[in-house]
Amino acid sequence: MTENESTGEEAVPTATLPLDAWHRAKGGRMVEFAGYWMPIQYEGIMAEHLWVRENAGLFDVSHMGQLSLSGEDVAAALEALVPGDIAGLKPWRMRYSLLLGDDGGILDDLMITNEGDQFAVVVNGAVKWEDIGHLRENLPDDVTLNHNEDYGLLALQGPKAAEALARLVPECADMVFMQAARATWNGHAIGLSRSGYTGEDGFEISLPNEVLAAFADALCAMDAVKPIGLGARDSLRLEAGLPLYGHDLNEEIDPIEGDLGFAISKRRREEGGFPGAARILGHLADGSARKRVGLLVDGKLPVREGAKLFDGEEEIGVVTSGGFAPSVGAPIAMGYVPRDHAVPGTAIAAEVRGKRVPCTVAAMPFIPHHYVRKQGG
Amino acid sequence: MPRYYTEEHEWVDVDGDVATVGITDFAQSQLGDIVFVEVPDTGAELAAGGDAAVVESVKAASDVYAPVDGVVTEGNGQLEEDPALVNSDPEGEGWFFRMTLTDKSQLDGLMNAVAYKAFIADL
Repeated sequence: MTENESTGEEAVPTATLPLDAWHRAKGGRMVEFAGYWMPIQYEGIMAEHLWVRENAGLFDVSHMGQLSLSGEDVAAALEALVPGDIAGLKPWRMRYSLLLGDDGGILDDLMITNEGDQFAVVVNGAVKWEDIGHLRENLPDDVTLNHNEDYGLLALQGPKAAEALARLVPECADMVFMQAARATWNGHAIGLSRSGYTGEDGFEISLPNEVLAAFADALCAMDAVKPIGLGARDSLRLEAGLPLYGHDLNEEIDPIEGDLGFAISKRRREEGGFPGAARILGHLADGSARKRVGLLVDGKLPVREGAKLFDGEEEIGVVTSGGFAPSVGAPIAMGYVPRDHAVPGTAIAAEVRGKRVPCTVAAMPFIPHHYVRKQGG
Repeated sequence: MPRYYTEEHEWVDVDGDVATVGITDFAQSQLGDIVFVEVPDTGAELAAGGDAAVVESVKAASDVYAPVDGVVTEGNGQLEEDPALVNSDPEGEGWFFRMTLTDKSQLDGLMNAVAYKAFIADL
């Protein structure tokens, strides 16, 4: 019996993150991901996934890159590289955006927060060094870029996240989705945002490396909170219809193809001025030839990344993420199909080990989002 | 009834000329939650070391190899309805398939329980 799973290609030694020993002590099974040893699971992906949907799960996402940008006209400088309305981002509000290549292909997806005196940017761990290189090369000299490697990042996600976190950081209770704040915990400055990548309500918390373990312990001492591995993070984000960079998105796919048109802010649609604007605005107006869609899979056989998609005998696309969805109770997938196949309800087939598995194009998310959009809401 | 083990974490129970094959408790614990099992068709001719079945966990698909040469007489139909049997009873109800043995002498190349226990202790 041998796993078919592919492994990383980098020859560089795998690095350890500040919570490495903490994960191992909690029974985390460690795997290499984005150049780091990371916990894939503790008690099991299925149980952890369902725990997050019902309670609160603590994720270590310290492999992600935490950057800050400051200086004159940072917003304008960022707008030359991303299609979001950064100048219009109010203090302590954040926005999902995309780092775009010259041709409009997606170099990374990222979160940009206006912290008043600077912009905070969180980028994917697997491409953070490329992102930093791209930003340094393309931002004006009077913009200062810091890579805050002395900070780790935790995500607390699930319906009981707010109540649990409020016991340590009371001010989190008043925040809404995509809002950020600075706070203190035991005298340490921390960053908070009501965000995450599971489809559930939750927070991301940036803390100095030396207090990460103590903070994680304080959370996991509560009955509602358990540590959750990357395996469940992946199945949760798939059910939430959220793309994963390097799988569902890459530098050849533009935001419209990736079904991320919402990330092209209204003002930017009118003004343009972002990389690949001609291609992207053209696709926005006329539709793109291919589009990212969700797939509901008939039966129980998981359809995974790389599976080819067919309409009859014609190969029409490929699956970019897929697996068993614990909250759906069936396999689901994401992939690219031609525009005329992207309508929910369209019947197609995926090929798994030579067999054709019937699938139906489905609206995403597969499981409704539970973001807290306004006070008391 | 003697039980044999492979380095790929299959177990084999032998009763006369018939072998029952599954994956070990160690293997299921490494795979995690099993969500799908594909067993071979009755009549399939298997060669030692060749693909015999596929087991899918939440995160990945894994091949299960034939431990010895033989012809499949039965796949475990229960796994279609309840793949989690592989997690809950891997070395019992969670068996994958039965086969008639072509060459019983091939069993000599497999491990016994003591040897397998020592083998996984070193992994």
